[in-house]
Amino acid sequence: MDKQDIIKPENLVYKKPTLMNDNPMHYCPGCSHGVVHKLIAEVIEEMGLENKAVGVSPVGCAVFIYNYLDIDWEEAAHGRAPAVATAIKRLWPENLVFTYQGDGDLAAIGTAETIHALNRGENITIIFINNAIYGMTGGQMAPTTLVGMKTATCPYGRDPKIQGYPLKITEIAAQLEGTAYVTRQSVQTPAAIRKAKKAIRKAFENSMQGKGSNLVEIVSTCNSGWKMSPVKANKWMEENMFPFYPLGDLKDKE
Amino acid sequence: MAKVKGAIVVDTERCKGCSLCVVACPLEVIALAKEVNLKGYNYALQVVEDKCNGCTSCATVCPDGCITVYRTKVE
Repeated sequence: MDKQDIIKPENLVYKKPTLMNDNPMHYCPGCSHGVVHKLIAEVIEEMGLENKAVGVSPVGCAVFIYNYLDIDWEEAAHGRAPAVATAIKRLWPENLVFTYQGDGDLAAIGTAETIHALNRGENITIIFINNAIYGMTGGQMAPTTLVGMKTATCPYGRDPKIQGYPLKITEIAAQLEGTAYVTRQSVQTPAAIRKAKKAIRKAFENSMQGKGSNLVEIVSTCNSGWKMSPVKANKWMEENMFPFYPLGDLKDKE
Repeated sequence: MAKVKGAIVVDTERCKGCSLCVVACPLEVIALAKEVNLKGYNYALQVVEDKCNGCTSCATVCPDGCITVYRTKVE
């Protein structure tokens, strides 16, 4: 059988989600952001919420997510996405409201907004991309940078005596009364991606059913910031990030 | 026994040559081309014609959504 005989519309099994448009993404080759964007688009399509989804984009690399996914977007000041999402969800309770934030946005300047929005039990979902570095500004140390990890602003490795310890926001969120579902996933293999998609779907369903706030952390790579090839960055993440940021559900209030 | 045959189509202009699909493919049918696209990246291509079974692993891991997968049963 020839390749041309297989390539027919009735044999189609996977294509780029329709919500993701054809604008070329500005992300570096192999960036985890693209995979998570795709998952969000797929979940929104599967839930049939194309006209009801409102995302809040962060400050950081993912600020341009509004150029790539064809749903409604609102851009928030640095770290303030959960506060903006709170307002949108309270004004339009029937809409699906989520924020998409990186670790520099959510775990540094926006810690207060994040923790209080989660603790109030706002019916929103926070997608938290944790790549342990400030990617957009050139690879500086983030609150989530691992001990010993080298970045532009800690070239000899993060030293807890000087810079303190990495912040586990997801563990903190699991302790809060307002959260319904807190999980940590990754997107480096097809199996992990399928699990992450299920987690995002569950978080979105929870927020539509008014169960409380949801946090989905995605342990990701920043191969440019880490100065590695995309394949090597995935391996480095498995070896170094997963022991400190173990994957799995931290809280699931049924 | 029915056999499953697959094929992939890569949007070579969108591809950034990160080679995550090359690693993800369990049957090793994908490789980076020697030629570059307009952006200057060595794009991914299906180099082995017969082996693909359309498992969608490559398309799932592709950060830019460049890969479309087709699959059919062959008697």
